[in-house]
Amino acid sequence: MAKPKIAIFDFACCEGCQLQIVNLEEEILDLLGVADVVEWREAMSEKSDEYDIAIIEGSITRPEDEERVKLIRSRAKVLIALGACATMGGINKLKNNFDLDDVKKCVYGKAASKPHLHTGLTKAVDEVVGVDYYVHGCPIDRKEFTYIVRSLVMGKTPEIPDYPVCVECKANGNPCLWEYGQVCLGPIIRAGCGARCPSNGFRCFGCRGYVDNPNVEAARDVIEKYGLNVDDLKTKMVLFGSQQEPTIYE
Amino acid sequence: MSSVNVNVHHVTRVEGHGNIVLNADSGKIEKLEWQVPEAPRFFEAMVRGRSYQDIQTIVSRICGICSITHSLASTKAVENAMGFEVSEQADTVRILMHYSEQLQSHILHVGYLAAPDFFGAPSVVPLVAQAPDVVKAIIRVHRLANEWSDLIAGRTTHPVTLIPGGLTKVPTEKQFRQLQQRLKDGVADLKAVAEALLSVAENIPNFTRETEYVSLKQDNPPTYTFYHGDITSTDYDGTVPVNDWKTVANEYVSDQSTAKWTKWHRGSYAVGALARFNNNAELLSPLAQDVAKMFALEKGCCNPYMNNIAQLVECVHVVETSIGMIDELLTKGLKDEKVSVSPKAGKASGCVEAPRGILFHEYEFDRKGNCVGADICIPTNQNHASIQEDFEKLVPEILDEGEDAIRHKLEMCVRSYDPCISCSTHMLDVKFVK
Repeated sequence: MAKPKIAIFDFACCEGCQLQIVNLEEEILDLLGVADVVEWREAMSEKSDEYDIAIIEGSITRPEDEERVKLIRSRAKVLIALGACATMGGINKLKNNFDLDDVKKCVYGKAASKPHLHTGLTKAVDEVVGVDYYVHGCPIDRKEFTYIVRSLVMGKTPEIPDYPVCVECKANGNPCLWEYGQVCLGPIIRAGCGARCPSNGFRCFGCRGYVDNPNVEAARDVIEKYGLNVDDLKTKMVLFGSQQEPTIYE
Repeated sequence: MSSVNVNVHHVTRVEGHGNIVLNADSGKIEKLEWQVPEAPRFFEAMVRGRSYQDIQTIVSRICGICSITHSLASTKAVENAMGFEVSEQADTVRILMHYSEQLQSHILHVGYLAAPDFFGAPSVVPLVAQAPDVVKAIIRVHRLANEWSDLIAGRTTHPVTLIPGGLTKVPTEKQFRQLQQRLKDGVADLKAVAEALLSVAENIPNFTRETEYVSLKQDNPPTYTFYHGDITSTDYDGTVPVNDWKTVANEYVSDQSTAKWTKWHRGSYAVGALARFNNNAELLSPLAQDVAKMFALEKGCCNPYMNNIAQLVECVHVVETSIGMIDELLTKGLKDEKVSVSPKAGKASGCVEAPRGILFHEYEFDRKGNCVGADICIPTNQNHASIQEDFEKLVPEILDEGEDAIRHKLEMCVRSYDPCISCSTHMLDVKFVK
């Protein structure tokens, strides 16, 4: 089998997920052994319009970006959304909580009406084109990324966890951060990160998105046990959870 | 003389999207612009209403490459606004965290993004075959920097241990000792990278443009600072307090372009490793000073391409300095410190040196600690005018060298600033299409 051609593209984001690919260090060389990276603007000057696998980083915020991602979709056999901005809009979706004119005026002042500053609602990639695989997280987990690419190159379907961060956090032997007064989203957020944040003493803020069927009742029990209410949880969920499917909002 | 047209759509090997446009005919330059078409992201608008505890988590996402720096600047601003004290231990560990990012970002830039220019390769990929030992040394240093960030910040990108008032967690003594040993081992790799770059140093363009260099300066104790201190410049003898950064940046909209630029004592100023070097070089660690001498880099250097060398010098500095800081930290003994703070109303700024230059964050909070306003001024914004002015001096000097050489030198010029364009577009006016 010929080596698949991979191209990496970035949209509105911090490019930190591409950086995790760079951070694979020597493993990049292994990746280059099984696939040809034909375009990757952040790291290479080489360019190409022919690729089998397109990796999309970033969220879609402008009409011209919608057109660009549609073109990429039409050329690629497989499309992978890389990181929270691509998989669910990421932190950029916080913008959608405000009136867009107000957002522009807040940042650009009098220049806000200029056409090049146009911004639309922030969209995840799958709100514009079909996505075949998701690499969750902000930033992505390097091991999970290589696992997914390896699986695809071998013709297998990667298995992504559909249980909450609490499972991995407990396995790491951490004390529960709710006991320390932190509003942690571990009970409803998809694992796969190794509970990186709570293991470092910082609450889960939901960068991998919700599990497919969050146990809303259990989450409600936790909130009530610690004398808080749904509003307290919502202020934390909004960071990465703006305009996702509502789970605990009612 | 025939016409010269250079149109680089999305300069490669930089963070974010930028374009170069040059049209010249018969030796006359008709259009020469550095443009930034990156999608704006509106961070100052998005933080409104969010808790002081969540600010660093949000603004860290301005930039994947300098996420630790953005987190530190915002956390310092929150602490200044609310009057939180940070312990000596937390302060030292934060500086170590910040140094890890300087090394991570600088070696990424010098080694992976800029070095291919010096070796005449389109990217680091063909360089692997061309200079395998150098690439392996670069990879080892990069890995060291990343694992250093992992250890102290909780992960390489978007730190999780940093909170207003201190840190959630510090490494153990054993972990610090292991890190220290690896830093000592890393010195040899950095020397190897320096030797390799020296062997191709003749490919660094010989170009100078005298300008103003702005950075932090710390007098007490005198330190080659990235974290504490006030603002200074090569055009100014004194210092300006961090809270007054707007009198330094003087953001304005240029007539020639609609990009929001900055200026202080003259038409433009530059920030970054070369700016820090030009203001504070005598405070570098001994080995870092040696590396500067290897490349004949001296205070007052006005060749923007030498910023890459200043970055290499700083790599050595942060590694050598950290080895000593870990000793001091462990001699004093690690303490288990719990952070306990409560919010209050206030407004203040926080400033640190990002790898690519001085960074300002300012926030205002209500009495519940919710953000009511923010203003962020990014190093790359402060360099846009300088890049444009470099172009304007450089192009007439090289106009007879042919389009390929001109394009290459302009791209290298942009790259030498190590621009972080996704950062800068949270508030940048890009080129106005009429």
